[in-house]
Amino acid sequence: MTTHPAGSLLAAHELRKAYGPTTALDGAEFSIHPGEVVAVMGPSGSGKSTLLHCLAGIVPPDSGSITYNGQEMATMSDAQRSALRRSEFGFVFQFGQLVPELTCVENVALPLRLNGTHRKEAERAALTWMQRLEVDDLAKKRPGEVSGGQGQRVAVARSLVTNPRVLFADEPTGALDSLNGERVMELLTEAARSTNAAVVLVTHEARVAAYSDREIVVRDGKSKDMERVV
Amino acid sequence: MNVRQWARDLAMGVRFAFGGGREGWVRAGLTAVGVGLGVALLLLTTALPSALSQRSDRADARQDFTYSGKQLAKADNTLVIADSDTTFRAKDVRGRLLEPEGTKAPLPPGVAKFPALGEMVVSPALKKLLTSDSGKLLRERLPYRVTGTIAQTGLIGPAELAYYAGGKDLKQLQSGSNVERINYFGPSPNSQPDKLDPILLLLILIVFVVLLLPVGVFIAAAVRFGGERRDRRLAALRLVGADGRMARRIAGGEALAGALLGLVFGTGFFLIGRQLATRLDVRDISVFSSDLNPSPALALLVAVAVPAAAVLVTLLALRGVVIEPLGVVRKAKPPRRRLWWRLLMPLAGLAMLYPMIGQGNNGGNFNQYLVIGGTVLLLVGITALLPWVVEATVARLNSGSVSWQLAVRRLQLSSGTAARMVNGIAVAVAGAIALQMLFAGVEGDYTKETGNDVNRAQMEVSVGSGTPLAEVGRRLARTEGVRRTSAISQTSVGERAKNPDNELEISVGSCAELREVASLPSCRDGDIFRIAGGNYDAATKKMATAGNTVYFDPAWDGTSSVSHPTPWKVPAGVKTAQPREDPTGYARDGLMITSGAMPANAMRVLDQHVFVSLDPSVADASDYVRNTAARMNPLADVFMLASTRQSLQFKSIRTGLFVGATCVLLLIGASLLVSQLEQLRERKKLLSALVAFGTRRRTLSLSVLWQTAIPIGLGLALATVVGMTLGAVLLKMTATSVRIDWSSVLAMSGIGAGIVLAVTLLSLPPLLRMMRPDGLRTE
Amino acid sequence: MCTVLRMSIGHTLLGLLESGPRHGYDLKRAFDEKFGHDRPLHYGQVYSTMSRLLKNGLVEVDGIEAGGGPERKRYAITDAGITDVQKWLATPEKPEPYLQSTLYTKVVLALLTHRNAAEILDVQRSEHLRSMRILTDRKRKGDLADQLICDHALFHLEADLRWLELTAARLDKLAEVVAK
Repeated sequence: MTTHPAGSLLAAHELRKAYGPTTALDGAEFSIHPGEVVAVMGPSGSGKSTLLHCLAGIVPPDSGSITYNGQEMATMSDAQRSALRRSEFGFVFQFGQLVPELTCVENVALPLRLNGTHRKEAERAALTWMQRLEVDDLAKKRPGEVSGGQGQRVAVARSLVTNPRVLFADEPTGALDSLNGERVMELLTEAARSTNAAVVLVTHEARVAAYSDREIVVRDGKSKDMERVV
Repeated sequence: MNVRQWARDLAMGVRFAFGGGREGWVRAGLTAVGVGLGVALLLLTTALPSALSQRSDRADARQDFTYSGKQLAKADNTLVIADSDTTFRAKDVRGRLLEPEGTKAPLPPGVAKFPALGEMVVSPALKKLLTSDSGKLLRERLPYRVTGTIAQTGLIGPAELAYYAGGKDLKQLQSGSNVERINYFGPSPNSQPDKLDPILLLLILIVFVVLLLPVGVFIAAAVRFGGERRDRRLAALRLVGADGRMARRIAGGEALAGALLGLVFGTGFFLIGRQLATRLDVRDISVFSSDLNPSPALALLVAVAVPAAAVLVTLLALRGVVIEPLGVVRKAKPPRRRLWWRLLMPLAGLAMLYPMIGQGNNGGNFNQYLVIGGTVLLLVGITALLPWVVEATVARLNSGSVSWQLAVRRLQLSSGTAARMVNGIAVAVAGAIALQMLFAGVEGDYTKETGNDVNRAQMEVSVGSGTPLAEVGRRLARTEGVRRTSAISQTSVGERAKNPDNELEISVGSCAELREVASLPSCRDGDIFRIAGGNYDAATKKMATAGNTVYFDPAWDGTSSVSHPTPWKVPAGVKTAQPREDPTGYARDGLMITSGAMPANAMRVLDQHVFVSLDPSVADASDYVRNTAARMNPLADVFMLASTRQSLQFKSIRTGLFVGATCVLLLIGASLLVSQLEQLRERKKLLSALVAFGTRRRTLSLSVLWQTAIPIGLGLALATVVGMTLGAVLLKMTATSVRIDWSSVLAMSGIGAGIVLAVTLLSLPPLLRMMRPDGLRTE
Repeated sequence: MCTVLRMSIGHTLLGLLESGPRHGYDLKRAFDEKFGHDRPLHYGQVYSTMSRLLKNGLVEVDGIEAGGGPERKRYAITDAGITDVQKWLATPEKPEPYLQSTLYTKVVLALLTHRNAAEILDVQRSEHLRSMRILTDRKRKGDLADQLICDHALFHLEADLRWLELTAARLDKLAEVVAK
């Protein structure tokens, strides 16, 4: 395997990460191209979430390299990685991500505001994304007042509002029913494709993974790119 | 709902409180420590009345100067007692010389046998001091052999320094009225029980209210520690079939468990504190641990009220909460808070205080119930008003940085929680501001300008008439640590040998010595001067006429002191002189006689006074002076000169307030910290998610700071307004002019703000730890 | 369905022979024990399958017991036979309903012959996902009727995959049972 697969936007090589005595990643590989949707699959506890956290620069790996756009992320400071997350990456989690006190539009505008965008402007941009995800009518409501599916769409809008180049989604439909889950996946992949963003999609559901272009299987901290095996 | 059902649910709650493994125990323990601290403070409060009354009972029982105005004849049951109080390194030593005149002479309380001449019985504290190295100087002053100790019944506190020594011919040792013949110990039959000044009483009442209210607020907060986990447990109970009411009662039971354990802890804390109290000696006040007995009725009240309050507070707190089987739902939008009834409470408080305005100046009584009721209502009114103020204010706050927005939005959603957190601080600060104002306002009445000029001398020693002036001056001047002395002899003359109507002050000394107490135009030994322009100018002129006969040491009927009236004819050639204040600020009247002009047969009646100027670099200078004085006369009076002197009672009340306020604010700080940490833990996942998408730590830390700073700022502002209002009303009650003591307002708000800052700082490390992305690991 | 079964019987018997030569009746017993819980093989099926394999050169007769009869013959696998088994195991099944028996047989055989069973599952999952991606794409572009039909197929495929995941999670336990 090569260290940097040609043309990849984000690539990881030989990633190792342990939490205390538990090994989460044990030589994992990864690469993704712009506009590509890659599903990360595997049984629970296999290390797929840890892989996502490492790729996104949320936790530094114990060893191995992660390159984003040609830059080595493993050696970046926490502040640099945070800045990268703010400006280049977007995030959708299973739950617990919307700030309950802020209204939906304020939640969507939050990443822009963290980047220093003025409030009015940020909320205008937020509203356009909420329209695309068909939740603009919820703008003034608080997360506690909307349904799970609606809340997740708001979260997707928030993850896309900064026009990220990589979108990280960790079980984005985990808390939703089939219909809502599918709708969220459709909107998410469509929006990502239209902006040429790469999507790292952690899921254990095949029907969700079916929205990807290819999948990577993580087992016992090792990853396997199914495209290359077959 | 029947009683059995209630009991069963509460009992189940109690079991839950202690179940749940290590975390359950930690939570129960935390609650118990919190409640326990409050309970200990309450118990201490209930014990104070008995401690004070026992103390004053014992003080009464050993009273020895009856001032009855009647002379007792020497008899089988009489005792001559002399007051030989002294001071050792700023600590007062109570000293008495005893000379029993018969077999039935009364024994002082706590003393088993009269000490013989040259012997003494001492208090345990004095015994310890005398045998220690630091007591060397005092040992020199008390040249008696220790033959026994004074029992507790003869002492007012364990740290009291006291002794009874055997004496002889005490009646001859004249030094003012410090010697008396008595036939019993105890209060004078015609003495009135010392009634506390109504203003001092008011101060004490307010101090108690101000200190106890925050303790109540604190206990209410302590029983709610660990609310989030409890919520989950309650939801689980609903899932297995408990109905909403049952769940509430079970929650009440959990609070009850914490409160009950808290009672046990509190009793423990109190007992420990009671033992430690013996070792405590604050400003010469110490308490026997056996005096600290909570009054049974009040202790019972605490034991019943605290658990009951815990259950009530929990039920009240769950009022706006729906416990669903799948989780606890706080009503998304509680009804908007209304202002009118919240204003009722403080207004009612003011109304109760109003009728007493101006009652303080004519010695009138305050109605204690109205004072306490009014103050409590006014202060508790803060806890009613604050949630409204916080809600109304944050609703109007808008835009700003992200951290500000996060904080404001959170406050808008849960302003009640925020207000509850600061209630305790606000009440304590408001009360303290009011008290500070009251203290500052009435301070003038209780602090006396002594008029002493401490630049000229720092001590005044009166040794009576036994030793010639020159020798007294010389011995004191040679004493270690003395820089300069100025001696003067004093006496008075009457116009008759017996029971004179008019008396004339006489000061005797060298020219230099006389110049210290009068402005002399010129002076040679043999001169006599009359002070002109003094207070009794006319009488002085008349008595000091040349050829007029006056009598030294005139006799009075009904006094026990021995006198030998000595006639003296005022010579011609008396010059006039102008008055001058001595170092104590006293300007003498009468005659200034140089030693050469003094009749020799009257020399023995002169009282010798010495003003002593000390060398500040000698630490024990004042004790060397006292030793020298005691050597000349054990009953010598020694005063330290000070520019002001505060009423002793006033001083101890103020000390009590400071100690109490510190304890209370620390308690509240602790509870703030605990609830802060709990809130953070509740939001762990959200914090991690926010960090994941790149939020700066600084932004989140700032939002936490804003989140506390905004309600605290509002709380302090409200506390200042209420505190100043209460202070103004209290000052009006004492008929003192209302003056706002801005420095104390700032100081109290500053202390409150400091506690908040400390709490925020202390909660930052856990916050930073919680912001680590590990929080995202859910599987 | 029958053809699937027939085909897999040949590969299965071949796989069973990998561990050593066996008599016809041994083969039948081993097959029944491991795979034929509700449908035991007839001797006739064993006989016809073995003669086809003989003809294709995938097995050879190792010896004949006295008494004659096809069940008395002892068979051994040839190199060509081993290669055939390997190829069969590595090829994912065409995703379609009711694959369980074949997949199960493959997994057990892989375990018996000490091949990597997890690999088989991963390859199969990948194949399933390929089909599901096509269906998802068609669904996205099609009308409601298309969507419903695709959903039906998708749910069945998903059920297969979930079974597969469960099997994968239980591989260790299965290996213990099979090794007995």
